Amino acid sequence: MKEFIEGSLAVAEAVRLCSPGVISAYPITPQTHIVEELASMVADNKLNAQFVNVESEHSAASVVLGSEATGTRSYTATSSQGLFYMMEVVFNIAGMRLPIVMTCANRAISAPINIWNDQQDSISLRDSGWVQLFAEDIQEAVDLHFIAYKLAEDKSIMLPVMVCMDGFILTHGIETVDMPSQEQVDKYLPKYNTIYKLDVTNPMSMGLLAGPDYYMETRYAIEETHKDILKLLPKLTADFAKIFGRTYNGLVEEYQVKDAEKVIVALGSVCGTVKEVIDELRSKGKKVGLLKITSYRPFPAEAIYEALKNVPKVAVLDRAVSLGSFAPVSSEVKAVFTNKKKKPQVISNFVVGLGGRDITKESIKEIFKLLSTKELTNEFIDLKPELLKESYEQ
Amino acid sequence: MSNNLFNAGHTACAGCGQSMAARLVIEASGQNTMVVNNTGCLEVFSTAYPQTAWGVPWIHSLFENAAAVASGVEAGLIYLGKKEGTNIIAQGGDGSTADIGLQALSGMLERGHDILYVCYDNEAYMNTGVQRSGLTPFDTNTTTSPVGARSTGNVRPKKPMPEIANAHGIAYVATASAGFPQDLQRKVKKAMSLKGPKYIQVHVPCPLGWRHESAQTVNVAKLAVETGLYPLIEYENGKLIAVRQIHPKPVEEYLKAQGRFKHLANNPEEIKKIQEVADHNIEKYGLKIKAETEEIKK
Repeated sequence: MKEFIEGSLAVAEAVRLCSPGVISAYPITPQTHIVEELASMVADNKLNAQFVNVESEHSAASVVLGSEATGTRSYTATSSQGLFYMMEVVFNIAGMRLPIVMTCANRAISAPINIWNDQQDSISLRDSGWVQLFAEDIQEAVDLHFIAYKLAEDKSIMLPVMVCMDGFILTHGIETVDMPSQEQVDKYLPKYNTIYKLDVTNPMSMGLLAGPDYYMETRYAIEETHKDILKLLPKLTADFAKIFGRTYNGLVEEYQVKDAEKVIVALGSVCGTVKEVIDELRSKGKKVGLLKITSYRPFPAEAIYEALKNVPKVAVLDRAVSLGSFAPVSSEVKAVFTNKKKKPQVISNFVVGLGGRDITKESIKEIFKLLSTKELTNEFIDLKPELLKESYEQ
Repeated sequence: MSNNLFNAGHTACAGCGQSMAARLVIEASGQNTMVVNNTGCLEVFSTAYPQTAWGVPWIHSLFENAAAVASGVEAGLIYLGKKEGTNIIAQGGDGSTADIGLQALSGMLERGHDILYVCYDNEAYMNTGVQRSGLTPFDTNTTTSPVGARSTGNVRPKKPMPEIANAHGIAYVATASAGFPQDLQRKVKKAMSLKGPKYIQVHVPCPLGWRHESAQTVNVAKLAVETGLYPLIEYENGKLIAVRQIHPKPVEEYLKAQGRFKHLANNPEEIKKIQEVADHNIEKYGLKIKAETEEIKK
């Protein structure tokens, strides 16, 4: 059923349709509307779940770790500092192979404190073992939650999934969303069932110490599973299309890439703006395109190679930084083409939209303009020159 | 007494008070128990992959989050309709309880989960090499509160964890000791008979960290109680319901049994301060047996 609905409320409804047994969360802007809505659903008996209000994000992640370990589908959501406060639990959940789904309402990291959108939070946890899926719009954010549980709980995967949606832009934006029925969701996502759980009839120890003789294989196993996800995710999205009627690739989405001379690579909501600019420029005969990365972890290197190998000029947008080095997404896109015969002549990277700085259509046009034969590294877009003149001298 | 809930063959040190107490606790709680363990000695010596000493469902996540993980285990079991008849124990050492895990523990106590939290108090970070914790007693020589030209050891008294737990208005709070096994098991059973959050703090000597002979664990634990330095007390719904009464022994008897207090041997001034701690406990909790009543005050 189509609804005109705020992103957070839409995601909360998607989570409700997934029937989690335990939800635990701690408030942080801009995640709050999601968990407030879920709390209301529990209070109104529209969702049969235990809602555990905790004293910190560290405990929110720990609570869902514990509930998931009993074999109960569990959910949490956070953002920014909250995700960082969870960080050791986030790594722990992946290491323990617990298929939790979390929404990250992407927000900048302090200092300076800033509640607005960029993607530094989830990008910084890219090495945790979690799958990270980035949504372009509210519909995709909704759909990715069904796909996330389906993927996480697959017997061959058993890894947690983070659905990343740009804070405010998607969490507080309002769009028309096609909300699936409970029957559709139940058909796609069966009840969670695992033998690896806390059960007094079958006592098991979980979270053991692994010394030098065993530790490395546990990390290798997760790495191997990420390779499996690259194969499985397109199948799961194909199954999704059959039931829900919406088609996603799951790994990347190509928009006007085939004959493009210049292609932007990006994650998240900025892709909508880029598509609009592409439509405009195409109408003027400019051959431009977009490669949207949906799955940042696992990183779809092969799909990126296939999409960009014949594109002369590529601009990678990073809504995060790795201060002192190359911005995260761009360095990985560049790595895809190491020692490859077919590759773009130029891969430039642009740092955009940090701390909620608007990325306008003009910003995107500027990037297409700057994307020339000269390769640019960590090119910050939309800086204010007047602010850069300020000095620390007394 | 069943012995398959916490099996022999683990790698605890000889004379480890914590391993004794952990076995007593799980055996008192029984087979239908799930255990959530903080990182620490107990976790390390009982569950080095591919072995485990535990015959009950057991989970370890991190150093400071057992109380929160246990809260999630409880929520999961309630959702599954499996909570009735299942005991949940969250447990950890003094550092993971009183220092780094205090926030998670406070959250668990405040939210009213039906969980017993057990703090095995060996009065320092033993797993990392005897560093001072919030439950290290006054004047203790540890690796981070070393004795020196201008130091007689740890500068602060123990954090009052039982009172802190009790201030949450929970069902049951008790202290216990590896020196009094039956008392410890009775308290675990009592705790499990009550709904809601429970907190038991067990004094567990560590021969390595306290520097006493491994055969002396029980004697040292008993002396802590008998001097008044580790009062055994019980609160139910906020009210003090019982204390173990003693014929108070001078604190020197306890101090001289351990290397961690060796530096106090010729320092009557410091010993006097420690005697004052014991005297305060004796006064506060009415620990002293009066001539006519030679039994535990109920």
